[in-house]
Amino acid sequence: MNRLMLNKTILILSTLAAVIGVGFLFWILITLSYKGIMAIHWTTFTHDLVEGGIRNLLVGQFTMAILASVIAVPVGMMAGIYLREYGHGSKLAAVIRNLSDVMMSAPSIVIGVFVFAILVDPFGGYNGFAGIAALAIMMIPIIISTTDNMLGLVPQELREAGIALGGSKHKIILQVVIKAAKVGIMTGILLSFARIIGETAPLLFTSANNQFFTMNLTEQFPSLTVSIYNLATYPDAPSRDLAWAASFILTVIVLIINLFGRFVVRNKK
Amino acid sequence: MGGKLFRNFSFFSATLSFFLLLGIFAVLFHYAQDAIHTFGIDFLWTDTWEADEDDEGGVFGGLIPIVGTLLSTLIAMLIATPMAMGIAIFLTEIASEKVAKPVSIAIELLAAIPSIIYGMWGLFYFAPIVQKTVGGDGVGLLTAGIVLAIMIIPFMASITRDSMNTTPAVLKESAYAMGATKFEVIKDVIMPYAKGGIIGSIILALGRALGETMAVAFLIGSVMQLPKRITDPTTSIPVLLANNFAEAEGLELSSMYYLALILFVVSFIIISTAKFYFFGRKAKA
Repeated sequence: MNRLMLNKTILILSTLAAVIGVGFLFWILITLSYKGIMAIHWTTFTHDLVEGGIRNLLVGQFTMAILASVIAVPVGMMAGIYLREYGHGSKLAAVIRNLSDVMMSAPSIVIGVFVFAILVDPFGGYNGFAGIAALAIMMIPIIISTTDNMLGLVPQELREAGIALGGSKHKIILQVVIKAAKVGIMTGILLSFARIIGETAPLLFTSANNQFFTMNLTEQFPSLTVSIYNLATYPDAPSRDLAWAASFILTVIVLIINLFGRFVVRNKK
Repeated sequence: MGGKLFRNFSFFSATLSFFLLLGIFAVLFHYAQDAIHTFGIDFLWTDTWEADEDDEGGVFGGLIPIVGTLLSTLIAMLIATPMAMGIAIFLTEIASEKVAKPVSIAIELLAAIPSIIYGMWGLFYFAPIVQKTVGGDGVGLLTAGIVLAIMIIPFMASITRDSMNTTPAVLKESAYAMGATKFEVIKDVIMPYAKGGIIGSIILALGRALGETMAVAFLIGSVMQLPKRITDPTTSIPVLLANNFAEAEGLELSSMYYLALILFVVSFIIISTAKFYFFGRKAKA
């Protein structure tokens, strides 16, 4: 094969790979939308799982994801601030940065096992708090990494200007640096929220699932994703249909938050 | 005063990831003690997983889930690596900006879809196709591997694209000026320049594939047997944990912790390798 032919072959194969990649996205989205929309009924949103709806599951999933964010966002941001503003250049910061990246890729099921050992087993049963903890552990490293990277983009001159005006370090961080990096950090928060709201593995044996509506975090807590896993494996058609409906709604939620994070927030500058 | 408090809280938060990692390791190790004492290192190549009826003992070995994890990951990597490279080449070198942008977004959306959706879609739409074309039960190693590949391609492709994009235009232009074809530029200029990032992305994707639970749980068949053919159902470490961890007791539960520990340590090593060796210390001064 001469080199021009080889060139052409590789370019065609690469284009083909991209076509297949995009093709899969459409294939998944189209089949999911078809199955999901067919299965959705207005009672899907007004009834709880026990009556064939997903109201309690949606509320439960959002409750856990939001409360996990309430823990993970401040902790992750503060850690990112330390890495970039206080410990910058130090060996400790470099080590922590790397460990945090390792945490970010830790298998989610292992985090579930860990939380089971410390928050489920000793307290005698699955509970909502354990689910929140598992999701927060997944979210913290993502927030750390985003904050760290976004603060890194803030020009040094801004900090120096703050110092020149006589601002104390934490005031400069809060009122100058964070403000300058606000948009990027918001995007990161939204993207990581979109990621944890679709997590299943860390919830399987932490929050587990609940057929009924509850806001009591000390008992088994309703989860949309865990329900999808259970429902999809039942042999009866209504359960499967509900699993499709729930999957469709979950995907729409995740993709909307994702697109919102990517475009609206980014363009608001 | 407020400054000091702020600084301390910030420092405490930063050290948290260190303590979490340490804590996970310690807790898994602690609960795996029984299994580690009973089976030792032989656990890795024992292919029995049987609980006694009468008490909480039994014989447990990790070989089947370990092999299942490795093989499904291998299949996924063999498919995903060339595909992801192709997509990255398409995005950086072939497509005009007008095409590359929407394709990039589509690929990133593919990465955002929760893994349980891939599992469910794979079970109802992809498994029947595999069954029709290559035989078997539909669920099994091959199906799990392919859907796993679809899941990690977007992730791998976007990191590879980013590192390919860092190649200075001057280098590429000089090669073109010498009469190099596009492929030669990619092979001899871009690939060597972006090598670290590309290999790093492959290793990170490998780590993801090893630990992936939900997509595989739907598709691998969850059967405790060593696969003889590529279409055979088997199980993997995350899937075994997902399906059986909650009901296990005694020595079996401890063996599950042992498996979780193995998975955790292996992915720790893989990710650290990718980080330290190939990405270098990205943190710019």
